[in-house]
Order: sequence, then structure tokens, then C-alpha cells
Amino acid sequence: MIKYLIQKEFLQIRRNAFLPKLIIIFPIMIMCVMPWVMNMEVKNIVVDVVDLDRSTQSQQLVHDIEHNNYFIFHAQKPTYADALQDIEHAEADVVLVIPQDYAKDLTLGRQPQVLIAANAVNGTKGSMGSAYLSQIVTAHAMPNAAAIQQKMSTLFLYNKNQNYKLFMIPALFAIVMMLMTGFLPTLNIVGEKETGTIEQINVTPVSKWSFILAKLIPYWIIALFVITVCLLLAWLVYGLTPAGPVWLIYLLAMLLALFFSAFGLIISNYSDNMQQAVFVMWFFVVCIMLLSGLFTPTRSMPQWAYLTTYINPMHYFIDGMRTVFIRGGGFQSIGHQLLALLVIALFMATWAVRSYKKNI
Amino acid sequence: MKQFWSFVLKEGKHILRDKRTMLILFGMPVVMMLLFGFAISTDVKNVRTVVVTANSDHQTRVAIERLSQSEYFNIVRTVVTPQEAEQFIRNQKADIAIVFAKDFASKKSGLQFIVDAADPNMAQQWTSYAQQVLLNPASGLINTKMLYNPQAKSAYNFVPAIMGMLLMLVCAMMTSISIVKEKERGTMEVLLVSPVRPLMVIIAKAVPYLVLAFGILITILLMSKYVLGVPLAGSLVWILAVSTLYILLALSLGLLISNIAKTQLVALLLSAMVLLMPVVMLSGMMFPVESMPQVLQWLSAVVPPRYYISAMRKLMIMGVGISEVMHEVIILLAMTAVLLTIALKKFNTRLE
Repeated sequence: MIKYLIQKEFLQIRRNAFLPKLIIIFPIMIMCVMPWVMNMEVKNIVVDVVDLDRSTQSQQLVHDIEHNNYFIFHAQKPTYADALQDIEHAEADVVLVIPQDYAKDLTLGRQPQVLIAANAVNGTKGSMGSAYLSQIVTAHAMPNAAAIQQKMSTLFLYNKNQNYKLFMIPALFAIVMMLMTGFLPTLNIVGEKETGTIEQINVTPVSKWSFILAKLIPYWIIALFVITVCLLLAWLVYGLTPAGPVWLIYLLAMLLALFFSAFGLIISNYSDNMQQAVFVMWFFVVCIMLLSGLFTPTRSMPQWAYLTTYINPMHYFIDGMRTVFIRGGGFQSIGHQLLALLVIALFMATWAVRSYKKNI
Repeated sequence: MKQFWSFVLKEGKHILRDKRTMLILFGMPVVMMLLFGFAISTDVKNVRTVVVTANSDHQTRVAIERLSQSEYFNIVRTVVTPQEAEQFIRNQKADIAIVFAKDFASKKSGLQFIVDAADPNMAQQWTSYAQQVLLNPASGLINTKMLYNPQAKSAYNFVPAIMGMLLMLVCAMMTSISIVKEKERGTMEVLLVSPVRPLMVIIAKAVPYLVLAFGILITILLMSKYVLGVPLAGSLVWILAVSTLYILLALSLGLLISNIAKTQLVALLLSAMVLLMPVVMLSGMMFPVESMPQVLQWLSAVVPPRYYISAMRKLMIMGVGISEVMHEVIILLAMTAVLLTIALKKFNTRLE
């Protein structure tokens, strides 16, 4: 029985003019384009300098900044107000004001008051830019403090070149899986409701379990295909391969696919039309995605938001995925993530079956 | 005119009857504002730290004490070898390990940070914070001033972006779907044979969504001022004027999609994946445009929300005058004109 139902699902997908193309092209497009986009690296910070001292030492500092690769030097301005205007025109991001008597204060051992004003509309950019600029100024003004800093070394584990793509590619796996195995099932049952074919199924002796299972299995197969494409592309295009065992990645992906397709079917069961289903799904997807730690660390969240990560499957997935893919962790490392994902996914699958009503 | 208004009324009833969509439409801005305002942050705090030290002399203990008292670091464990510390990091029990060498007390050296660099930005910030806590470098030399956003809160950056995304979503996606739905159900024919001109039918469809979009816009502005504490620094008139322009643009985009799409499914996927994904990714909402490779920067030049978000950041947050955003406004105007012309040209009064 279930074999024919699955066959029916595949026929429906294949006969749609749009879906097969979407399933094949979408992961490829995302994997080829998005790693270049999802780059939160802070760079191209444009600096304006206001030098009120005009001594050899202050000019040396200006010179240091001009030749720093991290910053783009824009111009020297006569006054702070002029520089501020550059910021308002979005031509500069940071202004450095070197006070009068900068050189004299330094030679006399007094502390000159250097001002750094950063455009902080983008908070990360503003604070990282000003922090880095103040390092340069410190190194110039107080060679002693700079020397101590150099005695400390830092070892960057797992991601030696601090490649942002390595961080984002597991997140992209998650996003692709979410969109493919989340949205297609959401549209599925409600689509049958709208076209009226659901009634034909309702009058057959097909049980609830086999009906829902037949809806879930095709998306599992699609998920298998999608994750394989993603892994291959990560290797071919970016030269990134998982540091840990590949079967764990598949296991994680399968569990996440089960969760999202079950979740999609639940929403589909409760919705009356496609528009409603998509909006509800979209709402949940955004919340799940933003609160999972895909982009920002979960531990920076306030307490109430952190508590939600305990029931957020995406959080377990991305934690496990990054541990396997980047840090090279094995089965013991992600044991509890796997267990949590399994429990959540099974709960959702049961709910999906329960919420499907054969009588209207 | 009376006929026109009854069409508007009909469309309004369609929207109001769907309680769940209404709830989501107004619930979404509220939830997103709360999430972006409070939950999404990249502050350094609760960093799980492992201390690696073989001997516990006075100097080391003082340093560890200072770390654990800072608000940024939680010391979860003290171990003897760096290998053990690495195991902790690999199993996601710790984020950073600080290795004190044997001769740490004698001279101020021999200190190593082993940090989980899976997230490069955070890894850098963790080490620089740890350095600051341990070293306490001379302050007072540099005064840093954060313009427009003194606490470097992410909400300031995100509020204009949320406006750009939600207005696009409501206007483009909802209008396109509601038109295609009529086509699919066959009720479009009924509308087209009515005495109202076909163009008026479409405009009447757009009006309720225009009202809805304004409702959402005002909700967002009120929330940002009174709940998130993001100031509206610029003139409210210009903020509303530029937003109106953007809403018109989104509506014409929706109209265009409804011309292309034959079924609801296609209209939905077209607006969700072809429209919404680029909007979120390429508009500079989360990921800065200038960090992208050149090709993608060109591509992002045709994404309308990019200009709207940039204009809103300047008007709302920086509080500059309209003359500073002329560039963005002109591009938005041109885009609206082009899209509207294409959409109206392609609009068929007959069904195949």
C-alpha cells in the first residue's frame, strides 16, 4: 500500500513543472553564491584623520594608518566638523582626532587625549573598527604596552586561517535543509485540500500512519539528495571537507529533515489555504533560525531567550554539525545533540499523524 | 467610484476573514522586533573558559581570580595539560582555554590562548577581551565615541532592515498571491466582466494591502521608539514619504509577479525564494554589502530594499536631512517607474 502512495507523491512532484527544477537548482545556487554573501567579516573601514598637532610624531601616526592594510585611508580634514560631514555622507566610518600638543605631551610623559569617533549604526563594525584603531594608536604612543601584548600568543583551533566560509557552510546546510524539507511539505497537504484531492484519499482505506509516512519519506529522500549535493559542492567549490565522520553528518541531516517535514505537515494539516500555511511556516522558521545560533552565539542571548534553545532542534543540529564538520568531533562529542534531535523529531512526527483528520 | 470602493471593501473582507494570516502579519513585526532588539546579540559574555596550569603560585591565582570576576568569562574547569583543554573545546564544553606556563610568575610572559575559532569574529573578540582583562592596558589615552549608537546596540542597525523586509513581504507577496488566487479559482473572470475597468480591479486589490503596510510601518516605528529605545532622529515626514515610495515599489513588484505566475504555488515560491532570499541576503540587512565580492555587489545594486534600508538608516538613526539620501530616493523612484510600467504593460485583461 505505502509503496503506491510514495509512488504517487513522486509522480506529483515530477509532473509539476517547477518543483524538480527547484529541488535541483536551489541547493546548487545557494551553495555557490551564499558563502560569498554571508560574510560578517569586518573590513573596508574608511578612516578620516584630523591632525591638530601637525608635528613629526603625529604625521608618523597618520602614516602608520595610511599604510595599514586593514583600514582604507580617506582624507585628512582640517576640523572635526568637516570629518563628521564625511561620516554623514557615508564616505568615512571612523574619525581619528589627534589633539594639539600630541608630540609635546608624549615627550613630557603626559597622556595626550586622542579621540576616536566611529559611526556605530552598525555596532559590530563601529566597535571592532575603533578597537583596532586604538591598538594602532596605543602601539604608537606607548611602545611598552605594545611589547607586553606581543608576549601573549594565540592558537586558533580548527580554523587556522579564520576563514568565515568554514563557519558559515554548516549553517548553509541547515538553511537549505530547512527550506527544502520544510516548505515543500507545508504546501503539500494544504495543496491537496485546495484542489480537493484530499477527499479522494479520505474515502480510501489508507490509514493515517501510512498516509503521513508516505508524505514524509519522499522528503527524506530529497533531503538525502540535497545534503549529498551540499557536501560535494563544499568540497569541489571551496575545498572544505568534514573533519569528522561523514555518516554522523548524514545522521544529523536525516533527523533534522524528519523534524522539518513533520513540522511542515502539521502546519499544512491545520491550515485552510496555502498562503496561510506559508506565512505560519515562515514565522516559525525565522524564529527557529534566529534563536538557534546559526549566526550569533547563543550564549550572548539574554536568559529568557537562551532557555528556548533547549527545545530548538536547529540549535542541536548546528551545534552537532559544527562539532563534526569543523572541530572533528566523533559520536561521543555529539551524543546528547543526537538524542535531543531524535526526541523532538519523533514527537513532531507523532503530532503530524495525530493532527491529520480523515473526516471533515 | 462607488463600484471601486465596493471592490476595495470586498478585498478587505478577504483579508480580515483570514484570522490566522492577520495574526501572523501583525505578530511577525512584533516578534521580529523583540528578537532582533533583545535576543540577537554578539556581546561577549558567559564565555566558558578552561584554565590550564600546572602550578598554582600567587601570580597565576591572581590572574585567574581576575578572569572569573570579570563579567565576560565563566571558568568551568582547571586542568593540567593543554590536550585535556582541547578535548573540552572539541566536545563543546568550553570556548577558550588559557594556558599559564610554569614561569608565568617570574616574568610576565608565557601565556597562551587556545581558542575555538569555528566562529572567527567571536574568537577574535574573546581573545582581545581576555587580553584586556589580564593586562589591563593603560586607559585614558584614547577616548572612543560611538556616534549615533552609543551602546553599539544591534537593534539600531536592524530596525530599518526589518522595515525593508516586512514591507516587501506584505506588499509583494500578499498582492501577488491574492491576484493569482483569483485566477486559479476562476473568480478573476467574474471580476473582469464586471463594469469596473480591469485596471481599477487591480488597483482596488492593492489598496487594502497599502493600508495594511502602513499599519505595519506604524507598529514598527512605535515599537522601535517606545520598546527598543531606538530614537527616530530624523524628520518623521520624510521617513513616511520614503516608505510610501517603497511600498508603491513593492506593490508593483507584486503585480509583476502575479502576471508571470499561473498558480499560487509558483507565485509563493517565486516571491519566497526569488524575492525574499535576495532581499534578506543581498540588501545589506545582516551581511554588509561591502564585504561581498564585486560581482555580488553589482547584483545587489538591483535589489530595491538595499536603497530603502540604507536611506532609512540615514534618516532614522543618523538623523540627516533628505538631501543626504537623494541618491537612494532617486534610484527608488526610477525603479518604481520602470516596474510599474512593465507590470501595467504586461497586465492582460483577458484570460487565455
